[in-house]
Amino acid sequence: MNAVLDPIAALGRAALGLIKQAGALALFALEALSHLVRPPFYWRIFFSSLIETGFFSLPVVALTALFSGAVIALQSYVGFGQYHVQSAIAGIVVLAVTRELGPVLAGLMVAGRVGAAMSAQIGTMRVTDQIDALTTLSTDPMKYLVTPRLLAGTLALPCLVLVADILGVMGGFTVSVAKLGFSPSTYITATLDSLKTMDVVVGLVKAAVFGFLIALLGCYNGYNSRGGAEGVGSATTAAVVGASILLLLFDYLLTDLFFSQ
Amino acid sequence: MSTPQSTPKIRIRGLHKAFGSKIVLDGVDLDVETGTSMVIIGGSGSGKSVLLRCILGLIEPDAGTIEIDGENVLTASRSRQDALRRQIGMLFQNAALFDSMSVGENVAFGIRAKHSDRNGATPSRAQALQMAGDLLKQVGLDPSVGDLSPSELSGGMQKRVGLARAIAGSPNIMFFDEPTTGLDPIMGAVIDGLIVDCVQKLGSTAIAITHDMASAQRIGNRAAMLYHGKLIWQGEASELMHSGNAMVDQFTHGRREGPITMELRK
Repeated sequence: MNAVLDPIAALGRAALGLIKQAGALALFALEALSHLVRPPFYWRIFFSSLIETGFFSLPVVALTALFSGAVIALQSYVGFGQYHVQSAIAGIVVLAVTRELGPVLAGLMVAGRVGAAMSAQIGTMRVTDQIDALTTLSTDPMKYLVTPRLLAGTLALPCLVLVADILGVMGGFTVSVAKLGFSPSTYITATLDSLKTMDVVVGLVKAAVFGFLIALLGCYNGYNSRGGAEGVGSATTAAVVGASILLLLFDYLLTDLFFSQ
Repeated sequence: MSTPQSTPKIRIRGLHKAFGSKIVLDGVDLDVETGTSMVIIGGSGSGKSVLLRCILGLIEPDAGTIEIDGENVLTASRSRQDALRRQIGMLFQNAALFDSMSVGENVAFGIRAKHSDRNGATPSRAQALQMAGDLLKQVGLDPSVGDLSPSELSGGMQKRVGLARAIAGSPNIMFFDEPTTGLDPIMGAVIDGLIVDCVQKLGSTAIAITHDMASAQRIGNRAAMLYHGKLIWQGEASELMHSGNAMVDQFTHGRREGPITMELRK
């Protein structure tokens, strides 16, 4: 080997590793999804995951959305002041929040909170033989542990994003009215004029995809963790990092799909 | 005593398993007759746990056959494999209790899982919890323990709960993975006693893997030793301490000098 071929070989190995990982992840997802149509379905696990993902993530998502909306209003006011178009702030806030910030920030928050927890919990079950114990008790671990969490993640995130959209707009409204001197009625009218159903719907579709990806990465990394506490730690890190990267990648792809025409 | 012509409950032939270049099982042949308690001894990494996991279907062997009641599990359909393996109850080394559930729920989970398999009539959660209380009593625990979380129990109590969960489905094959590891000698003897009682009461066939010679002799009536993935000795459990096999004798008496040490030094 030589100095030219070595880096190419390393690149090739990395690419092959990535393709292998993607294939394993896709097979894992397909197997988990196949259990949606094959009884039994573990409703208790589903509802508890739904509450964990949706309800208990509300505070962190709400605060993130509220402050993000407020910051956009402030930044836009300063930036748009140079062109004397401060009146566009309401439209910018509502578009930014519903199209991008709501789904992406909620997704990243949930990836850090719930994706990590799913990975750690399932990973701990793996390294302490609890997953093997499920198998010996005639219970399919994919059906019991993964499928309900995937469904819960897919359904919970759109609900969270709906709340994030409302609170993000409220954050922008509060700052604009209380600090920047906008008239409440003018701001609300401008917001409603700029708001389109499609923006909200696409945001919710993105959220569903993000929720699925977060749960998938959390379950996949936890399920395949090895080697005790260190393995569980690595799986948790991989779950959060992987979900965050995939989330941003799919954000671009979905934005391109829905808004590029 | 079984007749020589009778089909063993578990028959293993030519079982091979390797992880990468490391050969863990190297052509294991083993018969476990119905009603026998077979103890498998061997050093760490000798392949004992992998052997159990192959029989349970948790690990797929590279070659060989595993028969339960004369039927090859490895070539059977998925549903048939599941049905054959549903006969098996397993006590894991660290009990492997579900830490997201209470002790009672752990046992009730075993009851509901096994009952729903067998006749489709799954007991309600309340019924299963009640039955779990009875099983906890059977393994010497007060039913009130059912309200505790597994992390609140001592190692010995966790093993008892694991045993209660394993026998919840009245299995006719039972596996015990290092049942006395981490327990003091008295608690180890108590757990062994419970295992023997449960196996006798259910009329089960049992395989236990252990490093604990006292435990091996209490639990087993047959014994075998695995070394480097090969079954190097089989005999009566009562012969364990004077088998006549140099490796077995060295292992059972815990001697530093002998063929095993020589092998390790290579």
